[in-house]
Amino acid sequence: MAKEMKLACNVVEQVEAICDKFGNKPNELINILHEAQNMHGYLPEEMQRIIARKLGIPASKVYGVVTFYSFFTMTPKGKHPISVCLGTACYVRGSEKLLEEIKRVLGIDVGQTTPDGNFSLDCLRCVGACGLAPVVTIGEKVYGRLQAKDIKKILDEVAAAD
Amino acid sequence: MITLTIDRHVVVVPANTTILEAAKTVNVEIPTLCHIDLEGTCVKSNPASCRLCVVEVDGRHNLVPACATQCRQGMVVHTSSPRVLRARKTVAELILSDHPNDCLTCPKCSDCELQRLVRRLNCRVMPYNDGEHAHRKTEITPAIKRDMDKCIYCRRCESVCNEVQTVGALGAVGRGFTTTIAPSFNKMLNETNCTYCGQCVAVCPVGALTERDYAEELIADITHPDKIVIAQTAPAVRYALGEEFNFKPGTSVTGKMVTALKDMGFDYVFDTDFGADMTIMEEGAEILDRLQKFIAGDKNVKLPIMTSCCPAWVNFYEHDYPDLLDYPSTAKSPAQMFGAVAKTYWAEKMGIPREKIVVVSIMPCLAKKYECNRDEFKVNGNPDVDYSISTRELAALIRRSNINFDSLPDSDFDKPLGESTGAGAIFGITGGVMEAALRTVYEKFTGNTLPRIEFDQVRGLDGIREATIDLNGFELRVCVVNTLGNARIIMDKLRKGELNYHVVEVMACPGGCIGGAGQPYHHGNIETLKARQRAVYAEDAGKRLRKSHENPDIQKLYKEFLGAPLSEKAHHLLHTSFYDKSIK
Repeated sequence: MAKEMKLACNVVEQVEAICDKFGNKPNELINILHEAQNMHGYLPEEMQRIIARKLGIPASKVYGVVTFYSFFTMTPKGKHPISVCLGTACYVRGSEKLLEEIKRVLGIDVGQTTPDGNFSLDCLRCVGACGLAPVVTIGEKVYGRLQAKDIKKILDEVAAAD
Repeated sequence: MITLTIDRHVVVVPANTTILEAAKTVNVEIPTLCHIDLEGTCVKSNPASCRLCVVEVDGRHNLVPACATQCRQGMVVHTSSPRVLRARKTVAELILSDHPNDCLTCPKCSDCELQRLVRRLNCRVMPYNDGEHAHRKTEITPAIKRDMDKCIYCRRCESVCNEVQTVGALGAVGRGFTTTIAPSFNKMLNETNCTYCGQCVAVCPVGALTERDYAEELIADITHPDKIVIAQTAPAVRYALGEEFNFKPGTSVTGKMVTALKDMGFDYVFDTDFGADMTIMEEGAEILDRLQKFIAGDKNVKLPIMTSCCPAWVNFYEHDYPDLLDYPSTAKSPAQMFGAVAKTYWAEKMGIPREKIVVVSIMPCLAKKYECNRDEFKVNGNPDVDYSISTRELAALIRRSNINFDSLPDSDFDKPLGESTGAGAIFGITGGVMEAALRTVYEKFTGNTLPRIEFDQVRGLDGIREATIDLNGFELRVCVVNTLGNARIIMDKLRKGELNYHVVEVMACPGGCIGGAGQPYHHGNIETLKARQRAVYAEDAGKRLRKSHENPDIQKLYKEFLGAPLSEKAHHLLHTSFYDKSIK
């Protein structure tokens, strides 16, 4: 897990604003966590404590929800989050090889982020583009009909575009 | 009212009654595991997660959990049909499939609800035990031991920690096979706001949560040739210890307990009730001092004054209300007062150097184990109370020492730290510290003798109780609170300036120390607590002296050693400070 860093003041304010927007209601916890993660990329301990305080519930409740749903993460995502589809169609057309190649090129495992913070790697099951299998998404962009040899070039292009 | 059929019984119950409750009224005991309801207190957990209480209802496709299904008019329930028995057994077998099953050496052996259940369901094989077992953290704090491999996910501890105590130190983490009940953010319990109240231990049906055991330290000290080992026994222990030896709940075994401690090799056996009388002298003087200032128009005086005997409650306000640390009385707990006096006054009297004395407190409490470790209660690293063992640990030690407890003769406590009053005796129950204080405060404030010693207004088991006491025209408003969730209600009001009591008593456990986490397990039976409660008041009623300030050995202690309550020496030895321990 990444070392905890103190949240910037504006991030604290933004999280508090999200809680306020949902009326600081404990039953809006999942929606609040969704927005907070969208805004910040991940849900560090301090952010969970702020949300708990605003909603008047123990931090253990917030942490319980965050660890229950695999969508929520306490690891900072990369600037370009990569998701490799391991759904049936992509899998039979070789997405596992793509995953191995990405791991090799970036030197990270699933659930990790590159030390420069550029890329993070996750898997998912089906993005609804089975016709393009095997599929990898980087940020919002979908890459289809990929082969392992395409990976290095795409990653270099994405990194160079910054 | 609703009429339904349970097995061969026709049952009439009010609406909103569960099948489990309805069955109980006709003596049908449906087995439960995750469910607990200490009726009349707020200790309740009902997640319907274990599925051991499933029953068959005519016309319904699935088996339903009796603990969470409400009775309906005309319902026909079968609690032990072949289908139910089969399902129940399978559920138990599945629980066992991810349990270590090291029952022979488990601290909960023979007191384990899972073990009892497996026997009752006649499980004779473990058909699903070949698979993988999940491995989880073990942690030993000064008070509580967590061995989460034994956890069966009944969630009782989570309910008690979050809903009853509102501490939130423990919660469910993760999902599926890796789920555990743990502090958040991968922390250890001592890095959280855990108060060590131990109520999670008190409700854990298995051996996942138990107390930190100090038996080996104690045996080493007792057998050490140079050490003088003295015991002090808390008021609530003597009414519960007997339960471990098949006495009925509420049997007072004071005399046998003293004999057993002497037989075990303690050099002196004293009474924490003496410490309780000391606490009343100091806390009572503090109450009077603040009241007199308040009456004189002092705007800065902090009211209500709050009791501070309960170490879990102290931890609670240090963690969660650091802005209100001026309100609680600075008086130490009776056990710590006792330790401080034993290692000074008594040590001097006896001519024994402090380092040679080992003070062991025998407590109904697990937070006391933590309290002994607090730096404020040490002199050059030597603690006033060396360590604390629970009522359960004492019972285990008595058994190990080959003592036949049932047939022991009675003995008296040693003097002078064994003399006590009825006021000290009732310290172990919710409302008891308040009543003991009122007996002294009334007489000191008004100068009159109490017309009636009992203050019935502050007795009972309700979570929050209020009373107004007439002190010669001054209306003293008092409040008695038990469990930390109720304490939070009071503290939140205080923070908002909405509290208008003069004195507040708080105890962290349901019913006070009689329901402490170190007591023999109540297994959710409120009658056990009520029996202990009756025994406490019976003991008080039978005492010759019932007011702390009338204890002759207390009077002597002040005359020979301390001077007066709140004197410089008393402050040094009998008072403490509180610290901001909030998690930033």
